[in-house]
Amino acid sequence: MSRLDVARIKRDFPLLEREINGKRVVYLDSASSAQKPVAVLDAMDDAYRNHYANIHRGVYTIAEEATAAFEKARATVARFVNAPRAEEIIFTRNATESINLVAYSWARANLRPGDVVVLSHMEHHANVVPWHMLAAERDIELRWIPLTDDYGLDLTNLDAILDGARLLAISAMSNVLGTINEIRPLADAAHRHGALVLVDACQYVPHVATDLQHWDADFVAFSSHKLCGPTGIGALWSRVELLEAMPPFLGGGEMIRDVRLDGFTTNDVPWKFEAGTPAIVEAVGFAAAIDYVTAIGMDAVREHEVSLTGYMLAALRERFEGSLTIYGPTDVQRRGGAVSFLFEGIHAHDISQVLDEDAVCVRAGHHCAKPLMRWLGVPATTRASLYIYNDEADVDALVEALAKAQKFFAV
Amino acid sequence: MPGLEDLYREIILDHYRSPRNRGELPVPPAHKVEGFNPLCGDEVVLYLDVDPETETVRDVKIAGQGCSISQASTSMMSAAVKGKPLAEVRKLIRAFKALMSIHESKLEGDGDDGTDLAAELAGVQLGDLEALQGVVKFPVRIKCATLAWNTLQQAVDESAQAQA
Repeated sequence: MSRLDVARIKRDFPLLEREINGKRVVYLDSASSAQKPVAVLDAMDDAYRNHYANIHRGVYTIAEEATAAFEKARATVARFVNAPRAEEIIFTRNATESINLVAYSWARANLRPGDVVVLSHMEHHANVVPWHMLAAERDIELRWIPLTDDYGLDLTNLDAILDGARLLAISAMSNVLGTINEIRPLADAAHRHGALVLVDACQYVPHVATDLQHWDADFVAFSSHKLCGPTGIGALWSRVELLEAMPPFLGGGEMIRDVRLDGFTTNDVPWKFEAGTPAIVEAVGFAAAIDYVTAIGMDAVREHEVSLTGYMLAALRERFEGSLTIYGPTDVQRRGGAVSFLFEGIHAHDISQVLDEDAVCVRAGHHCAKPLMRWLGVPATTRASLYIYNDEADVDALVEALAKAQKFFAV
Repeated sequence: MPGLEDLYREIILDHYRSPRNRGELPVPPAHKVEGFNPLCGDEVVLYLDVDPETETVRDVKIAGQGCSISQASTSMMSAAVKGKPLAEVRKLIRAFKALMSIHESKLEGDGDDGTDLAAELAGVQLGDLEALQGVVKFPVRIKCATLAWNTLQQAVDESAQAQA
């Protein structure tokens, strides 16, 4: 049994008390976005009601409070992923913008025609399309790490793939398969070939204690909203030397030291990359979400999810043997709680529609990972994903609703 | 709150399980048009063979994959247009699209003006297609239902152009 008191945690999330069609909401779409606890809602409400002003500008008390709260949030985010310095955390809109920042700033300043960027077949579109855009503009070669039959990275030809590479951009946890990729050996290999390493940690950071110094990566992207925090804010971590050497991304207020008629000079890191008024209250909410999950304990979170994922995989296999295919590792230690599956002869959207009758919320579609869908040879899958507020009863509700869908569409 | 039976009428499930007019036609004389719904990956391939003399749909075949609504709508569309004059097919397309754009309140009969709709639907026999009107209560699925009809529209336009 889990160390988490899920019944108590559930009560922290107002949305989970909602009923649809007279049924309690069974929220199994946290890999898409997580629900928000009262602690986050209250922190943001308090920030707006009592401490709100623009930051880094006014010299009055409230402006100083807002600035302090914003910078404290940066320190909280840094501590959460074991970043060496708070100023190495850049606030962005989301993980997608974090990756785009690297593509626009670092990559456009450093990559030349013929240079190689290495990705994998399991990347989210956020870690594919910015590189396609760059490749088209700069004549960059994209190479792809293939997958193994058990849904891991196929590293057989890694050295050949990394030969001449300038960047390896890789997911720490697949949003479709749940696969956890071991970053350290990949980073070591990439560095041996002179490539930098960008980690898309969007799915990983909310679920597993993250030590980005252990990864030895060069860029790490993640967001707040999958971590029970608000939308509209994410983070990019990089080493301060690297950030200082990079050109700015967006231009405007806040990111400058001086502006003259004939030019400008940039502000220090991280503000150099934070043009315009940022998501101030969202930063406060982001930090409140981190405090919330930290109080539960990230090791306990992981333990809970490993156990519940195992329960879900077993329940799906036992109940629907022969008619349901799960796409992802069977070893729960190698994976997170996002479980994608396909029902023989029933489209994912029809499944999802029937599940909605029972207020079971799952994702149906290509999960912003069309290259992976092509590799799997399926147009769409259904995905049920777990978090701290899910329990075995939620999984049981999913299984019962799926049985209903199977009966409904029976040929 | 609309229920599943509003969406998945028996006739829809029947077309989904046993789609009519599956197959291919030689191109030319048929026109082949592919429709795609990137959101859910629904795919419709339509072969439309129009007799240039009579301007009538001589034959129609469908292929593709997707959810029950997109595939049933495609099958029902193929059955509805086979053997019909192009003018009538165009009317049917307009009527079906009008049906898909009705606000839910009008379905319940308490809407104020249904005049545009009435004009589009006047004299058009939708028949089995009316079973698809429940889709309107599930806004995200409307695109699944209209995919086949947008594809048909394109095929009709291309057929007409080819003869001009």
